Amino acid sequence: MKKLDRKQMAARVAQDIPEGAYVNLGIGLPTLVADFLPKGREIILHSENGVLGIGPRPAKGEEDEDLINAGKEPVTLLAGGAYFHHADSFGMIRGRHLDYCVLGAFQVSAAGDIANWHTGAPDAIPAVGGAMDLAVGAKQVLVMMEHLTKEGSSKLVERCSYPLTGARCVNRVYTDLAVIDIKADGFHLVEILAEGLSFDELQRLNGAALKYRAAA
Amino acid sequence: MGDNSRPMINKFFATPEAALADVPDGATVMIGGFGNAGMPAELIDCLIAQGARELTVVNNNAGNADAGLAALIGAGRVRKILCSFPRQADSWHFDKLYRAGKLELELVPQGTLAERIRAAGAGIGGFFTPTAFGTLLAEGKETRHINGRDYVLEYPIHADYALIKADRADRWGNLTYRKTARNFGPIMAAAAKCTVAQVRETVELGELDPETVVTPGIFVKRVVRLASLRKAA
Repeated sequence: MKKLDRKQMAARVAQDIPEGAYVNLGIGLPTLVADFLPKGREIILHSENGVLGIGPRPAKGEEDEDLINAGKEPVTLLAGGAYFHHADSFGMIRGRHLDYCVLGAFQVSAAGDIANWHTGAPDAIPAVGGAMDLAVGAKQVLVMMEHLTKEGSSKLVERCSYPLTGARCVNRVYTDLAVIDIKADGFHLVEILAEGLSFDELQRLNGAALKYRAAA
Repeated sequence: MGDNSRPMINKFFATPEAALADVPDGATVMIGGFGNAGMPAELIDCLIAQGARELTVVNNNAGNADAGLAALIGAGRVRKILCSFPRQADSWHFDKLYRAGKLELELVPQGTLAERIRAAGAGIGGFFTPTAFGTLLAEGKETRHINGRDYVLEYPIHADYALIKADRADRWGNLTYRKTARNFGPIMAAAAKCTVAQVRETVELGELDPETVVTPGIFVKRVVRLASLRKAA
């Protein structure tokens, strides 16, 4: 089996973001999606720190410390972009104005719960940022993560063992193995991404039952 | 500048020292900024030199590296911090004091933090938000089921002082901002009893286009002009 690398995962997510969408890309892996949005598609990127219409990374030497994204990386603004304060920015999120957010995660459950802020370790310093707002606010919550932990256990699970970021909010998960939807009755396979991976093998690796309905 | 017999509103302070001289021990201080964008670094340096202790600080983060808020924390001046994202690769001053039990943390989801600050400035006594319902951060909080959704009751965050960074100001305290350095500035300005803004440029009344004023002067008590000390990229 040949797993997707991070860039291939980002490219696969980007394919599903439609023209005209307002999108928030989470810190880390999801930020990569911006590099693969299909050329010619107008997609408006939002960042929690008060900006809509984020453009490409600035050239070296062109960075502006007053123009950054939620990951505190320098960005640029597209023509048509806008700035606003933090309460308005999160009003957009909670108020269901964003079409999509893409989040990283430690675990996603068959009920659509997501855990991505805290490992629950007693000595961990928790940090949550805007993840809980995005999880409840975006119209479509997409998760992008490796399918398995370094130890080989599934990050798609029956129930999350880590503290939740949001309950029953994830719509779709993109992993290095597959695209999986979450519906009322659990995980549904949309597409296998890893070359040479069979449904049975994916089901064996996955931490919960996986349904598959051949395309009608 | 007109008729000298008439008192004029003048919120300009000559130095940051004068603008922060009366911050008492135990004050709640909001500090604007998201990372370095909008962080009022010179005001924070001045607050460290001023010496107020036992502060409660409200900021999105808990400081980066050794400057600004991190230095205030490192100097042992902060008793409690309300923020959404304390842990970062370079938040060592916070990490050390937090692990030693010398710094209390109230972790607040970022949107809830912003809305609690906004609520304080807008005279709202509390609000129900869907954020954090069913999570550790809503434990022990009042919840309500409204129109098919679950919500958590949250209360406003008021402050004695807000230290913010804006771009331009006039002597009435009207402020404009620059790009994403706006972030928490406007809502913190409204939520504090005494808002001190450090700005890049001061201008005459009438020079700011009223259509572009983001924070009207009613929310601002003191303005200090400081050339921004931009770090080399």
